[in-house]
Amino acid sequence: MQVTSPVREPLVTGGKTIHDVTEDVCSRVEQAPTKTWMLAITASIALLLVGAYAVWRTLWDGIGMWGLNKTVGWAWDITNFVWWVGIGHAGTLISAVLLLFRQKWRTSINRAAEAMTIFAVICAAMFPLVHMGRVWIGFIWALPLPNTFGSLWVNFNSPLLWDVFAISTYFSVSLVFWYIGLIPDFGTIRDRAKNPISKAVYGALSMGWSGSAKAWMHYEAVSLILAGLATPLVLSVHTIVSFDFATSVIPGWHTTIFPPYFVAGAIFSGFAMVLTLMLVTRKVYKLEDYITLTHIEYMNYVIITTGSIVGCAYITEFFVAWYSGVEAEQYAFINRMTGPYWWAYWSMMACNVLSPQAFWFKRVRRSLVLTFILSIIVNIGMWFERFVIIVTSLHRDFLPSSWAMFYPTMYDVGFYLFTFGLFFTLFFAFAKFFPVINMAEVKSVLKSSSGEIADKK
Amino acid sequence: MEKTNKRYWKGIEELKNDPEFVKHADKEFAEYLPINESKRAGDNEGPSRRDFLKMMGFSVTAAALAACEAPVRKAIPYLNKPVDVDPGKANYYASSFLLGGDYASVVVKTREGRPIKLEGNKLSSFSQGGVSAQVESSVLSLYDKQRFTAPQKGGQNTDWATLDKEVMSKLKEISAQGGKIALVSHSLISPSTNKALAAFAEKYGNVETFVYDPVSVSAIAQANEWAFGTKVVPTYDFSKADVIVSFDADFLNNWVNPIANAAQYAETRKVTKENPTMSRHYQVEANLSMTGANADYRAALKPSQIPAAIANLYNAIAKQAGRPTVNAPAVKVSYFDSMAKDLWNAKGKSLVVAGVNDPYVQVMVNAINDMLGNYTTTINLNQPVLTRQGDEKAFNGFVKGLNSGAYAGVFFLNCNPVYDNPHGTAIKAGLKKAKLTVATSDRKDETTDAVTYVAPDHHFLEQWNDAEPTTGHFALAQPTISPLFATRQMPESFLAWTENKTDYYTFLQNSWKADQFEQQSKFIDFGMFWDQCLHDGVFEPAKGKNAATAVEFVGKPDVCAARIAKNYKSADVELSLYTKFGIGTGVQANNPWLQELPDAVTKATWDNYLTVSQSMAKELGIEMFEGDSQMVELTIGNQTMEVPVMVQPGQAKGSVGLALGYGRTAAGRVADGVGVDANPLVAMVGDYSNFYAGGVSIKAGRGKYRIAQTQTHQTYMGRHNVIQETTLGEYQKNPSAGRVQPEIVTAEGKVKPKAVTLWNGHQYENHHWMMAIDMNACNGCGTCVVSCNVENNVPVVGKEEVLMRREMHWLRIDRYYSSDADAGDLSGLEEASDNPEVTFQPMMCQHCNNAPCETVCPVAATTHSSEGLNQMTYNRCIGTRYCANNCPYKVRRFNWFKYHDNTQFDMNLSMSNDLGKMVLNPDVTVRSRGVMEKCSFCVQRIQGSKLEAKREGRPLEDGEVTTACAASCSTGAIVFGDINDPKSQISQMLKLKKDRTDKVETVEVGEERAYAVLEEINVLPNVYYMTKIRNKNSKEVKA
Repeated sequence: MQVTSPVREPLVTGGKTIHDVTEDVCSRVEQAPTKTWMLAITASIALLLVGAYAVWRTLWDGIGMWGLNKTVGWAWDITNFVWWVGIGHAGTLISAVLLLFRQKWRTSINRAAEAMTIFAVICAAMFPLVHMGRVWIGFIWALPLPNTFGSLWVNFNSPLLWDVFAISTYFSVSLVFWYIGLIPDFGTIRDRAKNPISKAVYGALSMGWSGSAKAWMHYEAVSLILAGLATPLVLSVHTIVSFDFATSVIPGWHTTIFPPYFVAGAIFSGFAMVLTLMLVTRKVYKLEDYITLTHIEYMNYVIITTGSIVGCAYITEFFVAWYSGVEAEQYAFINRMTGPYWWAYWSMMACNVLSPQAFWFKRVRRSLVLTFILSIIVNIGMWFERFVIIVTSLHRDFLPSSWAMFYPTMYDVGFYLFTFGLFFTLFFAFAKFFPVINMAEVKSVLKSSSGEIADKK
Repeated sequence: MEKTNKRYWKGIEELKNDPEFVKHADKEFAEYLPINESKRAGDNEGPSRRDFLKMMGFSVTAAALAACEAPVRKAIPYLNKPVDVDPGKANYYASSFLLGGDYASVVVKTREGRPIKLEGNKLSSFSQGGVSAQVESSVLSLYDKQRFTAPQKGGQNTDWATLDKEVMSKLKEISAQGGKIALVSHSLISPSTNKALAAFAEKYGNVETFVYDPVSVSAIAQANEWAFGTKVVPTYDFSKADVIVSFDADFLNNWVNPIANAAQYAETRKVTKENPTMSRHYQVEANLSMTGANADYRAALKPSQIPAAIANLYNAIAKQAGRPTVNAPAVKVSYFDSMAKDLWNAKGKSLVVAGVNDPYVQVMVNAINDMLGNYTTTINLNQPVLTRQGDEKAFNGFVKGLNSGAYAGVFFLNCNPVYDNPHGTAIKAGLKKAKLTVATSDRKDETTDAVTYVAPDHHFLEQWNDAEPTTGHFALAQPTISPLFATRQMPESFLAWTENKTDYYTFLQNSWKADQFEQQSKFIDFGMFWDQCLHDGVFEPAKGKNAATAVEFVGKPDVCAARIAKNYKSADVELSLYTKFGIGTGVQANNPWLQELPDAVTKATWDNYLTVSQSMAKELGIEMFEGDSQMVELTIGNQTMEVPVMVQPGQAKGSVGLALGYGRTAAGRVADGVGVDANPLVAMVGDYSNFYAGGVSIKAGRGKYRIAQTQTHQTYMGRHNVIQETTLGEYQKNPSAGRVQPEIVTAEGKVKPKAVTLWNGHQYENHHWMMAIDMNACNGCGTCVVSCNVENNVPVVGKEEVLMRREMHWLRIDRYYSSDADAGDLSGLEEASDNPEVTFQPMMCQHCNNAPCETVCPVAATTHSSEGLNQMTYNRCIGTRYCANNCPYKVRRFNWFKYHDNTQFDMNLSMSNDLGKMVLNPDVTVRSRGVMEKCSFCVQRIQGSKLEAKREGRPLEDGEVTTACAASCSTGAIVFGDINDPKSQISQMLKLKKDRTDKVETVEVGEERAYAVLEEINVLPNVYYMTKIRNKNSKEVKA
């Protein structure tokens, strides 16, 4: 039993008992799928299949199906990659960092946020894979494996290789962390299951969870260790992704501010995505008592903070470009604002820097509709941020003779849709078959936070 | 050997001398298979069910795998190895490029009996070792599916016996009736062919020969007849000219002898500290031509005003020379006074040329040159150029006669007048009145479609032939491959029709025995003489003998001036027709290398278009962005056509330009439907075809159109780390003029970029390859681009892909216009000046010593060689394109699609069919989809020469290795070599000092003009550029 301040707002409202928690969460898994869910997953799979056509044509005919050219060698592919990786930042941050900081409010949202992280990283990984001209050998040759080519090794100087390590490490740790957290809840579902198939499946998934004190002790210890492991990863993944650009010579890429700037941006977009999804899940699954307005407000705090950091970074970049005295660098930034891609730049500025400032107002912070809209705007803005960095830097670099424009084709769009289809298919499957809220942990904050105060009110 | 007790053993059994082991020790393979091992002891009933399944599984898999058919590749070995043909070793033969009336002496590289590359023959004093884009690409035309595989009758294949029988019977019929026979041809420069034709004429009587040149300069010959009494096109020597004034003559591109012109011109443009002088070049023209782009001073003028400008120049010079002036219409020409002054000061060392095909205008030009005393120095009437013998007056008579039914028999000798003559339509119509119509073109074209019989000629690489491009300068052509199809050489056909059974080879030798052999005294045996001529490719008994002599000018400038005033009336909008360096008159339009070669000035591929000035574009409401343009309706007289618009800085106000050579209808897969045919717009003024027309009206708003340009940003945005330029005056004061020396600010103060580095540097023990490019010598033509394509199997990607900005060229020529805007005005700098200065910068992989591409490749597919090359290992590449993104020069090219054996890219003739593939260089891999490629400094040539030197046990000599681009450059703008050899041309040229005392090599470039592009990022390129120097009076260099 933890000691909490009686003046603190309750984390779970509605006077939920421990049994209520189990009922509310497990019933979603146990009941037959609803019509809404069927509709949603059908739509997602349809999107996945449409996108799969674009991916198939790209693999069959070549990268030329996209709009890339001799000057702009990366555009939607790496934009989407960085965007998805960024989105994949919130889950681990919420579960690991907030766990270490003993932020109890994380308990009702960490499960879904972590799931989102894993699915987002899967989506992200699609892009560096498919963007390779020869993916059929690339996915092996990019790994430092012993080989028969006279011991031909990968180039350890290449930031792309660091990406391979960073992403795969992040993905495995996040997956393990998420799965460990799921085990006690799988145990609960297994114990309640009447259908023998469910019992067997969830039984296997729960890995013989007994709920004994010893098991709980191990569980807590592993969670802490994994949280400790995952925390530096939250910072390292996007730092390394930013090295792809920071270590290059291209004006607009070649800047040392990228690592912190990318990490802040990633948390920014990750939290926005969590909000988008949570607001919907909360409504559909009637989880208002678990994911309360306080949760939403806290998350909005993070958004306004990281959004402002990102805004400062944008301004710093400009200052440094001017201060450096480097002609090409200065032009790259002026070109962002006033060149042919001005609309992308100003979309980014409006969405990322201006729009989150609305959260200074408490009414906005606590408004579901406004939060929902802003969370989507932030992610649009973050997509444009990556687009601006990648495409506008490349399209006009050193030699004006090579300056070119990038126009996406339907296959660029199709591939992006494919990852959306993949993401939502996975997310809806998760929402149906997995407990969307960490029952075990919510139960631990139920008593201390909500009971007494709720009684008083 | 030392005795030892060491014992090696393969297993415990051997060590222990296990009896079971000893029993089988002598048998290498075990006798029994452990297949039945799992069976229970004592069970002797053969294989179990499991074994059966195992074996069946294996067999089925094996059979299934065997059924997966591997593609069958045919390779037929030599049964008897031909002498001199060693597989893997190239053979070189001197020969002659003879196509569309053009000539160049070439050296043909063959591999296993296939010609795969042409290079200039330095022994020729006519083409001077130079080649053009058309010469370079002609080797692919040999392997074009569009060629005739057999003689044709009425569009159907037939055999030679039938054809000969029918043609001869008709000839005899015509001859018997006293009908006239016309032979239509481009300039005939083969003495032996002329002999064969003469015999033919003798046999049938009434045979007339009509010669035309698609871009005619016949007015020059006419003017020379009027002015000097000699009807020839003279030899011009640009190398002796200190001041060059050209009125609409695109002499680097298509005028008289462009290959030699370019080489001579470049000689006058190279500047060194020791010899800091160069020619001054004025150009007065309507379109911004390639030549105009190289001029120091360029005046944009409507085509109708150019003759008046010439008349005014005549007056200005006449005043100085004390000759009577003429009445010249007033016209404002920029830089006119300094032009006249410079010309007069450079008397005898100047040259005035005009591209206006009007004898009255040319007489004025002759008069000017005469007053300047150029007829003993820069112009030689005693050494006529025979590649431009067209006589338009006679030709007009032929067209008239043909339409009135005067010619019963018409033979077209390797020419296509239905398409490329202004009278094309009339000729096509007139042919119906002739009894016998024969063409000898080797491939389908508009003329072969209009005749009854086609007696297809060999391609010039399949034939024996000779040539006399200028009097007394002979050349031989020898076959470098057996004829691919059932073709017959054109003169041999005429011999056959003359009932002369001699084959043309014998005929040719006899002809040389009779004529050329007599003109020398070095050889007493004809066989030796013949072999030497074949080896050299040329025989020039008249070399240096026909020196120019003083001439007497008898022309009448006053009469000519009056004609000029009468004939040339200025119109609101005038059209000026031109040809591009690549496509030219369209003879090789079906050659994809030429179609995809960007125009030197507009950088557009796969199209012709109406070039309009920036101000006219504004009036029409057309703004070009990234090749997005509009169609307009162009009306001249009763002709109307829709053409796309190209906004062209430098286009004279009130004029528009349109290229000939496009809009082919019967040239084949590549050329048909590309662009519009402008030949019908060529106007006849008197008896001369004039390439301009007044009274043009343009209607905008005919829909959108995209022009595939390889460069869409026109200015260099004031980036002096890319383009460094100065004027001659500044250079003479300070050889480092125009150079930008970037410095990096550090805590220790300002240092050179080299001083701040993370790199360890390299050490090049044996060779260190480097390239230097003289931006003053480069005229932007693009021959090197085609040469690179041929050498390195660079795919053609077609218009759609060029529009996607995905051309695969390893080497490009960046063309920048100057801008009037101030250095800080970034949007203003994007706008080119109305009459811009132009700079050409060939750009290929810079082979950086600190290469940004090398560090970022995740699989080390691009690495640094021990000789300073940045190498690309295609097999290792996984195609992340990171290297291309990180390349500051943007020279890396990605294989977006599979460009070979792909129906989507069937315009890529050299990779889409078996015939075309014969042109591929077997030393260079054809790249697969998904890999990156780029300039390799022709590493296959480097390795080849190194191996050759090694085999002969000697060090590699300077000049032995050169890249394809450097080899093809007529102007010598590209120099390649090993800087570890201090005596090499490149070391001397760059005045290199190499410090190898430290572990890390440092290279100091002593030449003041030499600079590395983007020096401040310290990638240390192995390519250096020499500043662009303009011979201008003041510092008028703009960004």
